[in-house]
Amino acid sequence: MAVNADAQMVADAPTAKPRRARRGTLAPWLFLAPALIFFTVYVIAPIFQSIWVSFYEWDGLGEATWVGLRNYEDLFLYDDRFYTALTNNIIWLVLYMLAVPAGLAIALFLNQTVTGIRLYKSLFFFPFVISQVVVGLIFSWFYNPEFGIVGKVWTFFGADPPLILGDERFVTYGIILAGLWPQVAYCMILYLTGLNNVAADQIEAGRLDGAKGWRMLWHIIIPQLKPATFIAVVVTVIGALRSFDLIAIMTQGGPYGSSNVLAYYMFETALSEYGYRYGYGSAIATVLFGIMMVYISFFLWRMWRDERR
Amino acid sequence: MRLIKSLVGGVAIAALATAATLGAHTTANAQQRQLVINYDDLNPAPKSSFEAVVEKFKAENPDIEVITNIQDREAYKTSIRNFLTADAPDVAAWYAGNRMAPFVEAGLFADVSDVWADNGFDETLKSTKPSMTIDGKQYGVPYTYYQWGIYYRSDVFANVGLEVPENFDQLLAACETLRANDIVPFTIGTQFLWPAGGVFDYLNLRTNGYDVHNDLTAGRIPYSDPRILEVFANWKKMLDAGCFIENHATMSWQDALAPFINGDAAMYVMGNFAVAPMRDGGLTDDQIDYFPFPTINPDVARAEEAPTDTFHIPSNAKNPEDARKFLAFIARADIQTEWNKALGQLPVNADAEVADDKFLQKGFETLNGAAGIAQFYDRDAPAEMAKAGMEGFQEFMIKPDRLDGIIRRLDRIQARANR
Repeated sequence: MAVNADAQMVADAPTAKPRRARRGTLAPWLFLAPALIFFTVYVIAPIFQSIWVSFYEWDGLGEATWVGLRNYEDLFLYDDRFYTALTNNIIWLVLYMLAVPAGLAIALFLNQTVTGIRLYKSLFFFPFVISQVVVGLIFSWFYNPEFGIVGKVWTFFGADPPLILGDERFVTYGIILAGLWPQVAYCMILYLTGLNNVAADQIEAGRLDGAKGWRMLWHIIIPQLKPATFIAVVVTVIGALRSFDLIAIMTQGGPYGSSNVLAYYMFETALSEYGYRYGYGSAIATVLFGIMMVYISFFLWRMWRDERR
Repeated sequence: MRLIKSLVGGVAIAALATAATLGAHTTANAQQRQLVINYDDLNPAPKSSFEAVVEKFKAENPDIEVITNIQDREAYKTSIRNFLTADAPDVAAWYAGNRMAPFVEAGLFADVSDVWADNGFDETLKSTKPSMTIDGKQYGVPYTYYQWGIYYRSDVFANVGLEVPENFDQLLAACETLRANDIVPFTIGTQFLWPAGGVFDYLNLRTNGYDVHNDLTAGRIPYSDPRILEVFANWKKMLDAGCFIENHATMSWQDALAPFINGDAAMYVMGNFAVAPMRDGGLTDDQIDYFPFPTINPDVARAEEAPTDTFHIPSNAKNPEDARKFLAFIARADIQTEWNKALGQLPVNADAEVADDKFLQKGFETLNGAAGIAQFYDRDAPAEMAKAGMEGFQEFMIKPDRLDGIIRRLDRIQARANR
């Protein structure tokens, strides 16, 4: 009752015209101000600072020397570690996308009313809850050729177990698989909530028209899941680009840099024990930022287009 | 103007009043000088031995109040960059060689040549003087070092009838004998890269000697130099003889201890700090032993690796006088004797005594006979080069046929790191 009365008062309140106009211009900015200020100071400004640092050579202690575009020159012309990292980033982006259909599949499978389904759902969601560090550790043991399950299975069949994390051919895929485990769970949760909002009447109508199985899924369910798909793709792209913790835990970019990605390579050159080349690290960060900008602008453009409709 | 005057007057009166009330306290403070020391090892033995030394220092200098901050080694490596600029202690632990160069060049470590001159360290700490010196001045005082070399399972050697190899051919033959007996000759874990640097350093020191090691790490000769290519050729011989364990790229140095302790592997190129975990793993001194890396070129004078840990005075120290006292104190023969006994390492001071431990005794003997003391690849080479170099060594151990590409890359990075 009281809530209703309050709502009524709020609706009635802005009767005087000049007051309403002032409120309309000032109030939103006041409310936005803290967020805007913090966003500018902690997000926007550092981006430009970091781009600025990338034109210097600086160890973080002494004087910074202006080197112009030399860091970029070194990066693009001479640094094959950079290209390894870039290639790995692309492999990450492509393979990480598997999390979206896999998440959808599990969500469809779990979207039923059976006793104890809540328990199953939470069990499937579990990998997303545990820390990436733990995921990385578990998978490193899992891949261990001596005592890991991979080693045991291969030895059982009389084969020599592959050295997944020590072989440049497999190492990136091994880490991506570890990353997919929680990422699939994340996409699954997004789809599960999406499935709650699928209109029952449309399914009913589709059924009357004789739609079943794949046709039902493709023409009725998936179009309605579009918002969930959108978010799932966005978080997966971002997850793939900022893949860092798994690499730090499982290989430190090794063996000899072959599992590096841009985010970790940036950390390594700018902040690790053998690094402290802030200019070079910032140049890598700028490249990574450029790649992210492509995606972010694309998604912003799409959101803007959809909202205008 | 009057306002300012009255303000100043007010402050003066307030200050006087405080001084009067705290009079007793301030005179006490004048005698209780504070000395802040940052130390970088939380492991039980180093921590307790450091604390014991500090207690002794306090007992000898009751008027100095000593405050210690002890941090984990890896965290310390990051935080030292902050605290040296922001809130400097009076004494800070660090490492010799090129590792201290960035701080010296940035003017963050103070010149302590006077401590060396006043206490006669030029004589007693002679062996490490070159690695504490930049541009003719000393920037710190060493308190401990430890030898590197080959730690081996003497019982496994006896089982397969092997003698300690004296030269490189015997070492290669030993690898083949061990392989024939299904024992891995050398265990090593290169996940964190630096153990591979130890192998490279020794091959280089034995093939070319101390000067070439220094020239290479200082960037005076390139990796494509025929002398360095010879080092890789010797390394290739070891790889061809199956000297090293297969999956070393996924193991840390501790992981690589497991096959050694199990008896599946017979040798380990390591520093003396590996002895403690070997003993903890259940090996007795009858089962493990030490020999210096065997001779490759008999014409080359034998140099050794012995990373040195040191103390420095930050330029921003608030109490540099007492800090100098502390540096002089820790370099004293009696202090270094006891400290290193507890630490299980070697004292740097030539007058100090070495603990009664066979590894330390042998290490001491080896280092005393050395023509030169190298710090370690990643302490002598600039950071950027060290990382790329050790990655190259790891790659070479796995894909020896890529040598040409590796050498080209190392030359390029070396040129950039030293420009």
